Amino acid sequence: MRETKYWTWHMSAGVVILFLLGLHMLIMHVGGITHLFAPHTGEAISKENSLFRDSRMFFTVTYVLLLGVALYHGLYGLRTILFELTLKPAVEKAITFILLVAGLGLFGLGTWAAIATHAIAIAGGRG
Amino acid sequence: MTMSKTNTTTREINFHVTRYNPETDRTPYVKTYRIPVREGMTVLDGLHYIKDNVDPTLAWRYSCRMGVCGSCGMLLNGRPTLACNTQVLHIADTDLTVGPLPNFEIIRDLVPDLMTMFEKHSSIQPHILRTDEAGLNSPDGEFYQSPAELEAYLQFAYCIKCGCCMAACPTLATDARYLGPMPLAAAERYDKDTRDDGRRARNEFTGTSHGAFRCHYAGECSRACPKGVDPAKAIQYLKRQLVLDYLHLARRKKPCQKMHGPGQGKPLPNIPAAPAKTV
Repeated sequence: MRETKYWTWHMSAGVVILFLLGLHMLIMHVGGITHLFAPHTGEAISKENSLFRDSRMFFTVTYVLLLGVALYHGLYGLRTILFELTLKPAVEKAITFILLVAGLGLFGLGTWAAIATHAIAIAGGRG
Repeated sequence: MTMSKTNTTTREINFHVTRYNPETDRTPYVKTYRIPVREGMTVLDGLHYIKDNVDPTLAWRYSCRMGVCGSCGMLLNGRPTLACNTQVLHIADTDLTVGPLPNFEIIRDLVPDLMTMFEKHSSIQPHILRTDEAGLNSPDGEFYQSPAELEAYLQFAYCIKCGCCMAACPTLATDARYLGPMPLAAAERYDKDTRDDGRRARNEFTGTSHGAFRCHYAGECSRACPKGVDPAKAIQYLKRQLVLDYLHLARRKKPCQKMHGPGQGKPLPNIPAAPAKTV
């Protein structure tokens, strides 16, 4: 049932990505018009608006969550593609291990970046 | 008195047949036979004509000649189907390509090695599994199944194991360890059977990394099936059931129990007695 677990989480991650990408599109492309989560003048990706969002814990958590589900969904998809090449079981295990390490590494790096940006934004806001 | 005339018009058709003898040939090659074809003639008839009149060394597998045994699965004009069930003039005007089923090793000419398919089929335990094995084997009663319960798995029971779905599957073309549409549809057939209690045991095989989740839902297996079975649908049912079982959301149902034995049932009221024997 291990593969069933992986696949169920893969599908669930897809649904979460759907909502989070919807939020991303709302902020980046509709936000410029409605100024949703972008109270300062200029585009949604301007420094002031970015710092405004980065100072909110909601966005930091959202970034980390999106990073996690996107990495899991993408790396599981890559694993599926590789597994369809009729590999030896030992190679499959090695691929699973490498993708797990790569995924955890990228997730750690991204999480650190999101938290660091949050801290900088708060410090900048206070300063 | 007039007799109805049957159409006996013949036409010359080129049969481009894949030939391969592993003892003498390094790779398969195509040999062309030009033979007369009349209306109603099947591809199997054409192959018989070649063997009887042109080339007696041609090898293929067949048995029933009526689309029941599933022996004569072949690749006809690029589509896997049964040679006995396909009329030549329905699929060819001048040329017809005849090859062995892809995704299988070739034993000789048009004979595929179906053992890999049967081994995978065997692995999913394609039979009724129950905890009360003794009761299952003693024929002292019959299991009741409603028409609706029968309908739930009946179409998957029409599979004749010809291998056409396996030959059409694009996933199996790259992943030789993938279980494939036939074994997975067989698993679904028994999972849906109300007499069966072996779904969780089968999940151990259907839910592996080369099981149901590798299906991309191309649907070619369902298009290829000469018996109208829909293996792609069965695999989607399997995926759903696997996920529900993993999340513990599936309803736990007991397998149906035996009814009374022969002669032990209560007759329905108001049924008149049978008339006296006249012979």
